[in-house]
Amino acid sequence: MQVTITINGEPVSRDVEPRQLLVHFIRDTEGLTGTHWGCDTSNCGACVVLMDGKPVKSCTTLAVMCEGHEIRTVESLEVDGRLDPIQQGFHERHALQCGFCTPGMLMTARALLDERAGGPPLTEHEIRTAISGGICRCTGYKNIVSAVQWAAEHQAGVKQEA
Amino acid sequence: MAVTENLPSQTTERPIGFGRLKRKEDERFIRGKGTYLDDIRLPGMVHGAILRSPYAHAKIVSIDTARALAHPNVAAVVTAKDLETLGLAWMPTISYDTQAVLAGDKVRFQGQEVAFVIATDEYSANDALELIDVEYEPLPAIVNARKALDPDAPLIRDDKVGQSDNLASPTWEAGDGAATDRAFAEADTIVSRDIIYPRCHPAPLETCGMIADFNPETGQLDIYNGNQAPHAHRTVYAHVAGLAEHMIRIRCGDIGGGFGNKVPIYPGYVCAIAGSIVAGVPVKWVENRSENLMSTGFARDYVMHADMCSKDGKITGLRVDVIADHGAFDSTAQPTKFPAGFFHIVCGSYDLDASHVKVKAVYTNKAPGGVAYRCSFRITEAVYLVERMVDALALEMKVDPIELRMRSFIAPEQFPYETTTGWTYDSGNYAETMRVAMDIAGYEDLRREQAEKRARGELMGVGVAFFTEGVGAGPRKHMDILGLAMNDGADLRVHPSGQAVVSISAQTQGQGHETTFAQIVAEELGIPPEDVQVRHGDTDRSPYGLGTYGSRSTPVSGAAVAVVSRKVRDKARLIAATMLETRPEDLTWEKGRWFVKGDPEKGALIEDIALRAYSGEAMPEGMEGGLDAQVIYDPPNLTYPYGAYIAVVDIDPDTAQVTVRRFIAVDDCGVRINPMVVDGQIHGGLAEGVGIALMEVITFDEEGNCLNSSFMDYLIPTALECPDFELGETVTPCPHHPLGAKGVGESPNVGSPPAIVNAIIDALHETHGVDHVDMPCTPARVWAAMQGRPEPPQ
Amino acid sequence: MQTPASFEYERATSVEGAIASLGRLGSEARIIAGGHSLLPMMKLRLASPEHLIDINDLTELDFIREEGDEIRIGALTRHVELLTSELLATHFPLFRDAEQVIADPVVRNRGTIGGSLCQADAAEDLSAVCSAAKAKVVIRGADGERVVGMEDFHVGPYMTAVGAGEMLTEVRLPVRPGAGSAHEKVERRAGDWAIAAASAAVWVDGGTIADVGIALSAVGLTTIHLTRAEELLRGKPPSEDLFVEAGEIASADCSPGADGRGPIDYKRHLAGILTRRALTRAISRALHQEA
Repeated sequence: MQVTITINGEPVSRDVEPRQLLVHFIRDTEGLTGTHWGCDTSNCGACVVLMDGKPVKSCTTLAVMCEGHEIRTVESLEVDGRLDPIQQGFHERHALQCGFCTPGMLMTARALLDERAGGPPLTEHEIRTAISGGICRCTGYKNIVSAVQWAAEHQAGVKQEA
Repeated sequence: MAVTENLPSQTTERPIGFGRLKRKEDERFIRGKGTYLDDIRLPGMVHGAILRSPYAHAKIVSIDTARALAHPNVAAVVTAKDLETLGLAWMPTISYDTQAVLAGDKVRFQGQEVAFVIATDEYSANDALELIDVEYEPLPAIVNARKALDPDAPLIRDDKVGQSDNLASPTWEAGDGAATDRAFAEADTIVSRDIIYPRCHPAPLETCGMIADFNPETGQLDIYNGNQAPHAHRTVYAHVAGLAEHMIRIRCGDIGGGFGNKVPIYPGYVCAIAGSIVAGVPVKWVENRSENLMSTGFARDYVMHADMCSKDGKITGLRVDVIADHGAFDSTAQPTKFPAGFFHIVCGSYDLDASHVKVKAVYTNKAPGGVAYRCSFRITEAVYLVERMVDALALEMKVDPIELRMRSFIAPEQFPYETTTGWTYDSGNYAETMRVAMDIAGYEDLRREQAEKRARGELMGVGVAFFTEGVGAGPRKHMDILGLAMNDGADLRVHPSGQAVVSISAQTQGQGHETTFAQIVAEELGIPPEDVQVRHGDTDRSPYGLGTYGSRSTPVSGAAVAVVSRKVRDKARLIAATMLETRPEDLTWEKGRWFVKGDPEKGALIEDIALRAYSGEAMPEGMEGGLDAQVIYDPPNLTYPYGAYIAVVDIDPDTAQVTVRRFIAVDDCGVRINPMVVDGQIHGGLAEGVGIALMEVITFDEEGNCLNSSFMDYLIPTALECPDFELGETVTPCPHHPLGAKGVGESPNVGSPPAIVNAIIDALHETHGVDHVDMPCTPARVWAAMQGRPEPPQ
Repeated sequence: MQTPASFEYERATSVEGAIASLGRLGSEARIIAGGHSLLPMMKLRLASPEHLIDINDLTELDFIREEGDEIRIGALTRHVELLTSELLATHFPLFRDAEQVIADPVVRNRGTIGGSLCQADAAEDLSAVCSAAKAKVVIRGADGERVVGMEDFHVGPYMTAVGAGEMLTEVRLPVRPGAGSAHEKVERRAGDWAIAAASAAVWVDGGTIADVGIALSAVGLTTIHLTRAEELLRGKPPSEDLFVEAGEIASADCSPGADGRGPIDYKRHLAGILTRRALTRAISRALHQEA
């Protein structure tokens, strides 16, 4: 069936089987292989994208269910070549090694920061809870937490300037 | 003549050379622009899927592929019969056994490969699997290594001529049995334990897979495959498939984690290659997570018995007996002369009088493997055992576990130290490293807190582990894998602009090589890291080497890059002498520049030397143009990193849930090229250790059904289970490594499980009399131990 | 990745439409909401419905509101909404307790209460929560609505009272004075199914336990309603000894199976400990509210 999904602000139309998973629909779209998959049972979080601003596991969502919704993937974070503070934070704080879980972690963190914008600072426990739907085998999470904290601090700076 | 002010300024933010340089490779990953195997699409590419055995042990009566072949999107269904005509039904393993690529006569583990479907797309390939009809005749299965050699045990490897039992390799020994018996006879205290290191799995986040693209017109086979040892794989494929090795090119791209899981050659790879050769189009095969957990290289599965003794307050002897469960085929990866890997480093960090180690390996109806998951060739098993035994002895002697270690450590003045099992540790100051760990932990405060909590009925434990490991395999006179020397190469070319490309044998799967190897060139030549491109992962464009596992990248490839950089620097000196019209011996080096001793204004920057090397101007007598060098590095020895780890756990007295509240890790890995990268490697390994100690395990029921074949049941720690790791360091440079560096990637997996289990015992011994519990220390297993009924994993 | 078998798909535009489709398509049709129970099973080929009816557009089923002396929750309400609802936290804090440990935060953005209850896995935390809270569920079919108590809702493992051509539309919780509740869970790792979990809801009046609901997850073929323990407690003043006894009943009256999460004796032990803990916290919340 024909389905049109708004991905990173652009409508993407394709004829797909109802059973096609959102993660495959995204990855079959030119230039959008940044969203990964790592398991069969919705546990690993490598496939996390934002649906209407909220992190969802795209391996456990049908593409056809997403018509009429806004999907944002990791490729949407940079704007005109400028990195999002969360991307910069991951780089500053060495929050990635093999990079495979990174897009899912970035999108989860981006949503967390958006949700908390203007509110009290995130605690370490809140960050760890927010990313507990994703698995990282490389970093032990410590630097990912640090990267989110960096982004929160620097994002506030960016907001003030704007 | 250039002056020192022209040198690019070096800051801590942007060191030229060693330091906490942020990674060059980050950019593509944070933008989602990495190229992992499943991201690659080739024109005309088709998809493979594997039908796997539901039985652990069964005869194959018949395979009917008609319904699958009738599926409109299916191009082919390959079975063992088809592979036999290509001579590919069986393949050699890294440990000189053979493994079925597709099962013909019978299946020998649940999940074993039975048929390979090729279809237009992944969904159709998966559908087609349900259309293949296989008739099996189930046989009794063996999943308990202790029972594998029972007289009535079913014979698993009846395919091997002369195999009459399930022994995979005969008993391998190290040490001195008679001397050990004497030590025990003279001992004051003896403890014994049965200790299991259960089967677990490296489970990198990216599963294994391959795209094989054979061009029938040219005979070129292009392979895209995330694997940790691409050159060795290429050689094996040439040998196995009868292909010309110079016509095979393997490109690894970005790899989403390896941890030893991407070292072996898997049947899926051979099927993809065979499929592409026959069909003449690219064939992509990517396994799903169940396949990864059920069929690819697992880790550990050592059933161990140990006795340890002491005399006059010091550890004196160790006796170890191991049954190693290798699964249905022997595909452990280790140097040929070491069938038990480096397990005989189980003598540990202690000045023992004697030790004796015996390891025998058995076949069982489980997936093949055993050497994986940051194990340093079985050092994880060895250190787990010895550190658990030291704690057991400390309990029996009623001595603080750190105190017993301090008394028994090899002393600094004893290095180089030959251990009772034939290792020569080159350097170390163990007590100092232990003290640093105690300081960071606040050890005395922790013991006070523990006493206070105990009085209130709260359970808190402090556990210690100390390890010495040997990494960076290895010298060609001692070590080879499949007859291939464990040497690595490095090619360095400095371009006329002064920017450089260094091609290396190592194969990163996240270890930061694009940054750290550039830093080595920067340290040696003064070329800023951003001006050094690190090339790797393409067998056509990188020098032959044995790849990245066993913490060997820095010890071997890192040394190769240092040596090749020095060769370039030496050549640059000769060119500089010609440029400056002086003698080479009159020149001295500061990072990036040769200059005349005593006349610093008179010098030549490396980039000017490079330009000169390509220009038409005079070169030194008899020297070729260009500024480049090649090296194959044969390490003179392993390197011996060591560390002191302390874990603090809290245990809920009613539910037995264990929380790792703190983890202190002090590593001595010699000189650190990029401390930020080193810290990151340690964090990751510690998290894996938390997983192994508390929740990761692959178990089977009596029929051989794998009970942990998804991430719902193979549990990996999330951010909520991992504490905020506290790291420290001591630096004892490796005496033989050109940079003084040692390996470090596996140390955290080596040291953390024993520290955590020791902490759990420490929490429970006084109140509940627990003196051992096997991993994983899930709430149920800890509770059983608290009731006085600890159970082994199966 | 493992992928589902083929199926037909339609999007419901109304509850009536969804029910009509269910009736028309028969037993090979399944409702899909969050999909985080159904899709994983379909990917593993443990379930292969031929038709999926997507009800995610039926926003009229996504609500948490007070109506008279009830709190009503629409079946399409997501776990994250149950977690963050102040209304629920005030009257039935056991929802927040449970939601903090159900799955993970990302899954909670999609999974729904209707999906969880209808999945009827014995380890579903919300099944125990709703049972303890004396919830009733509204089941709508072509012939209209019926209201069913939780004790009649759980029929067997993965089986509920929702019949062919019917749909769960609402969960109703009784709001009565003196309420306190709690959910206690032990799992092997964050996000895992419970090894055992206990939900307790109490209503305290004049120093005695006027009413109580206790239910257990993961220690039977279906959610365990601890009616014997409820009878023990009803009408009595709360006390630690009483909770210990309730815990003993929990251990005795549950029927756990041995599996990877734990052996039978440990699960029985947990049932007892967690029942005690849930009751203790429920009472303390009830009394705090009274005070």
